[in-house]
Amino acid sequence: MSSDALVQAGEPAPGDLGLGSDLPRSGGARLSVWVLRRIALSLLTLLGVSIIVFLATQTLPGDPAREILGHVTPAQVAAFNKLHGLDKPLLTQYVDWLKNTVTGSFGSSIATHEAVTHLIGRRGLNTLALVLLSALISIPLSLLIGTISAVRRDRPVDHGIQTVLLTLTAMPEFVIALLLLVLFATTVFTWLPAVAVIGPGETAFQNPEMLVLPVAALVLAVVPYVARLQRATMIDVLESEYVHMARLKGLREGTIIRRHAMRNSLVAAIQGSSLTLIYLTGGVVTIEFLFAYPGLGSALTSAVQTRDLPVIQAIVLVFAAAYVLINLCADLLTVYVTPKLRTQFR
Amino acid sequence: MSTQAIELPAARAGRGRRSAAARALRQRRTQVGLVITLLVLAVALFGPLFAQYEPSAIVSIPAQGPSAQFPLGTDALGRDVLSRVLWGGRGLVWMAFLATALGVLVGAALGMLAGYSRSWLDDALMRTMDVILAFPQIILVLLFVSMLGTKLWLVSVLIAISWVPQVARVARGVTTEIVEREYIQAAEAIKTPARRILRKEVLPNIITPLAVEFGLRLTWSIALVAAISFLGFGIQPPNADWGLMISENREIITIQPLPLVVPAVCIALLAIGTNFVTDGFARAVARTSGGEG
Amino acid sequence: MTPDPAAATSIVAEVEGLRVEVAASGAEIVDQASFTVGEGEVVGLVGESGSGKTTAALALLGYARRGTRIAAGRVVVAGIDMLALSAEEMRGVRGKVISYVPQDPTVALNPGLRIGLQLEETLSEHTGASAAERAERIATVLEEVRLPTDRQFLKRYAHQLSGGQQQRVCIAMAFLLQPKLIVMDEPTTGLDVSTQAHVLKIIREMCQRHRASAVYVSHDLAVISNLAQRVIVMYAGRLVEVGPSDAIFEQPGHPYTAKLIEAIPDLEAKMTLVAIPGKVPPPGQRPGGCVFADRCDFAIDKCRAAAPPYEKLREQDVLCIRAVELDRGKRQRSAQHPTAAAGTGAQGPALLKVAGVDAFYGERQVLAGVSFELHPSECIALVGESGSGKTTLSRAVAGLHHKWTGEIEVDQTPVATTVAQRPKELCRRMQYVFQSPFNSLNPRRSIGDAVRGPIQQFFGLRGKAADERVAAALERVSLPARAMDRYPDELSGGERQRVAIARALAAEPEILICDEVTSALDTSVQAAIIDLLQDLQQQERLGILFVTHNIALVRTIAERVLVLSEGTVVEEGLTATVLDTPHHPYTRSLIEDTPNITEGGQPHRVVAGADVGE
Ligand code: SF4
Repeated sequence: MSSDALVQAGEPAPGDLGLGSDLPRSGGARLSVWVLRRIALSLLTLLGVSIIVFLATQTLPGDPAREILGHVTPAQVAAFNKLHGLDKPLLTQYVDWLKNTVTGSFGSSIATHEAVTHLIGRRGLNTLALVLLSALISIPLSLLIGTISAVRRDRPVDHGIQTVLLTLTAMPEFVIALLLLVLFATTVFTWLPAVAVIGPGETAFQNPEMLVLPVAALVLAVVPYVARLQRATMIDVLESEYVHMARLKGLREGTIIRRHAMRNSLVAAIQGSSLTLIYLTGGVVTIEFLFAYPGLGSALTSAVQTRDLPVIQAIVLVFAAAYVLINLCADLLTVYVTPKLRTQFR
Repeated sequence: MSTQAIELPAARAGRGRRSAAARALRQRRTQVGLVITLLVLAVALFGPLFAQYEPSAIVSIPAQGPSAQFPLGTDALGRDVLSRVLWGGRGLVWMAFLATALGVLVGAALGMLAGYSRSWLDDALMRTMDVILAFPQIILVLLFVSMLGTKLWLVSVLIAISWVPQVARVARGVTTEIVEREYIQAAEAIKTPARRILRKEVLPNIITPLAVEFGLRLTWSIALVAAISFLGFGIQPPNADWGLMISENREIITIQPLPLVVPAVCIALLAIGTNFVTDGFARAVARTSGGEG
Repeated sequence: MTPDPAAATSIVAEVEGLRVEVAASGAEIVDQASFTVGEGEVVGLVGESGSGKTTAALALLGYARRGTRIAAGRVVVAGIDMLALSAEEMRGVRGKVISYVPQDPTVALNPGLRIGLQLEETLSEHTGASAAERAERIATVLEEVRLPTDRQFLKRYAHQLSGGQQQRVCIAMAFLLQPKLIVMDEPTTGLDVSTQAHVLKIIREMCQRHRASAVYVSHDLAVISNLAQRVIVMYAGRLVEVGPSDAIFEQPGHPYTAKLIEAIPDLEAKMTLVAIPGKVPPPGQRPGGCVFADRCDFAIDKCRAAAPPYEKLREQDVLCIRAVELDRGKRQRSAQHPTAAAGTGAQGPALLKVAGVDAFYGERQVLAGVSFELHPSECIALVGESGSGKTTLSRAVAGLHHKWTGEIEVDQTPVATTVAQRPKELCRRMQYVFQSPFNSLNPRRSIGDAVRGPIQQFFGLRGKAADERVAAALERVSLPARAMDRYPDELSGGERQRVAIARALAAEPEILICDEVTSALDTSVQAAIIDLLQDLQQQERLGILFVTHNIALVRTIAERVLVLSEGTVVEEGLTATVLDTPHHPYTRSLIEDTPNITEGGQPHRVVAGADVGE
């Protein structure tokens, strides 16, 4: 028998989580080649995103000139179009637009005349605070709940947890937030501020009590989703042959869970974390609107109301870029923690 | 040739799918979910028949508490909350349903195509899906609504598009797994045309996972449609809509929470109900069919 | 059951009245199981799928899989009453007093942990040994199973080892703490014969060196006959026969054992394979009297009335009321009567001619210059281990493999590379039967739909005309026409494989390519399928290309044999010639490594390495 290390078909897991994973398959090239390929793919996705945003904002009906200038003569429209390069061929327009985008020149807000980069910086920090704080709480919480539920599978604890989780996943985050609001800020208790009041020069960190309700709502919305994934993964792992084997070797239950089970649900934890972050980036839109929280989400909502194109473009691009980046990191980490994927490149 | 014919056991009653539905209905949670869903659906679809007032008619002073005349009080503009609740679910239900059906249909078709083709087409389709996936759903909708205006069909189509990549991934996953099976090769070995293989061999095997997908996506479509209305880009005032009612009455939340809480609870119950039913079905499927993709 | 005198020396394990049930329904998986394991003794626990052999073996460790439970009985190992232990006490016993070797090491070893840690933790959780002591012990045992002991090796992950190495790691793990009893659950099932021979040799060595007792679970009677001193035959959850290995294989007492032995293909002589009709009754549907009654040729009313007691027959305990009465002494296998059509040999023009075929998988070449000819009414066996390229060859012939070069001719006409490029008529003449009947039928389509496929495709028939053809095709494989309305999950593995063959026959082919068609089936079912194929070959003048990894099957089915190794044909010729006087060293080792039932008393050809330690 030869000592060849034959690798069977690639890992099945992450694709099932509905994530943008393109994990290496067996017999692939070197690790560095795969990493470069993966990064290139991310850039390609971003390029696709930019095309969609460009087409949506620059070419769809709803003439920007008319929109901005109000009632104007055709000559004025033509002048405006020339000024903004709108009379050039589409491809040229796109290339110009992309150049500006990549260099961060988004122009300034039509409504407030604030530089878009400035607005994003200011608001982005607030959103980042909201997202990171929520993620920091919900990731460990969901992993814990999922694991407990899996270990106590089909017992009353599990059934109870399942019902609560199913209930919470179904509810839109703004409904959860509203119910929290009614409960804690208005009628029943009036402990917490109902609306976030953060001055223009301040950041969310200076007003921690403003964050309580929005973060609580986001956590309640995202935990069930990831906890259920974690439970499913843990159950698979606990039913695996290597866990049976560990039991038959007479290992302590604690060792089995910690060493044998947790180690192999790490991939799910990473994918779960990335899912959490992605979910949160979408969830902030309604939450910020409800609490009048000065973040990117509420900025987007008002920009859409006023058709403030430069702001819409920039914010949409920021969100999409965040998605692509989170996904990329998750995939790289997944390969890093999966020996079978990591070592097959050597 | 061995002479005696082989004895077969008595035919089993009912095929896998029907018994899965039956099993699902035996679970308490599924029953609860079904009852809730039907109740809320009844309110949404037939509610307008029972509404006492025009939903957009201003009938009294704003922010009144419940009374005999206005069982749920009045809203920020002095309209009857009960009438608005009875009218406010129809659009939501239809939009969510249409968006889900369209999204699952298109997603499944593309996913099957990608999974079966095993060629550049697969790559091209899935890369395109990746691009759409990069937009958080609500942001995709907002982006296009900002350009094309708040049209209800548009919102439904946009939500459908935002589901396509997710459903396509699932359909593709199941399809690629099925395509590896020997029965597909057996069909290919006798030169069965690809369309026939997709329809006769692949489709029957992914119907059940797709049914589960439909349920899941429906639950979240309800949440999405409600969120869009809540942000003001769905059904427009003065029409009644549960999501819209929540944002319209934000100012009076401290005085009179009912105009916000009742529609919020309706949205929540509908989504919870469909989610319970889907979960029950998914569990039953997992239990009945081992050999399924 | 009376205690076995052979084991009277010192008993290491004793099982009494064991019953394991499905927790939800209470249906018995194993019932009334009583046996002992003597010190230093290897007991073979043999049975087909659904017999409950693994369940019974795991009960020795006090273990029941999820959804099952040990409902009654006593299990005593090394004086410890396993079923009376607390969870913590049980943990202390498992791995230390009694250990376990899994069926499939590829999934039993944790993919995320290094081999070294997985060996190490067994020691650290059970003993207070220092790191140095642990390392030393691990090195000793690894050496005993002939694995490297260096740090580099211990730092590897399971997927970086070959199948045989992984299994040897598991064996080392089982011997680390010098347990009294080792339960081995089909440890060589997934391995190639040469690897299997090597692993078996190591198991034998280890058991002798450590004077350990072992329970060796297997479906393979040949392996058991070479390894075990005592054999337990299980059927439908009962121990139907227990006794010394030699005695059982020479003079089986239970009708089931006798049949099972006759179902095994013999490497050394061409035998008729006897199939057992019917199938094993699943838990909850087992008959009240003798569990074998429905399939037994000798069943009488009394058998069905009450569960039979054990009868003493020579050295065996037999669960059959007619054991003594039916005893015919030494077993006689009926040699196969040469039939007129068999072995027509190469005459006339070839039906299929393969010349200088090279095939590739991506960049890797998997076949190099393969040539052979197949004539009508002839069966050629294509033998090789995994990775030999045998399946690629058969797929290339069938047009299912895309990357090949060379010449393949049917009726002296060269064929195109893939199905897509070949004319319909050619595809019709050449039909393929796939390896796994669980995979080759669509679970969502009825049997009728499956068989109707080629009929519609090649003959354009629909409706009633098609149904008639379907019924005829099913009849040719001994299935009733009403099977048409059934779905695959309602049929057993053997029945499904018949359907797959019927589907091929429905195209009225001239060449049938059978790719490992029996490897997913139990021995007794395999015999029936082989029987069917032989009939078809003779009566319908089919040319059959029979691809297999099991050289023992070859003598029974094929006139000529092609031995494939690493993509080239290393030996080719008439079956008898090749098997009796193999020339190529690879063929020779393949034959040597293949276990064959050993008959008690007489000297027999031994498995490679059986003599180690003597
Ligand atoms: S008891 Fe009767 S049915 Fe059972 S094996 Fe013996 S003869 Fe056959």
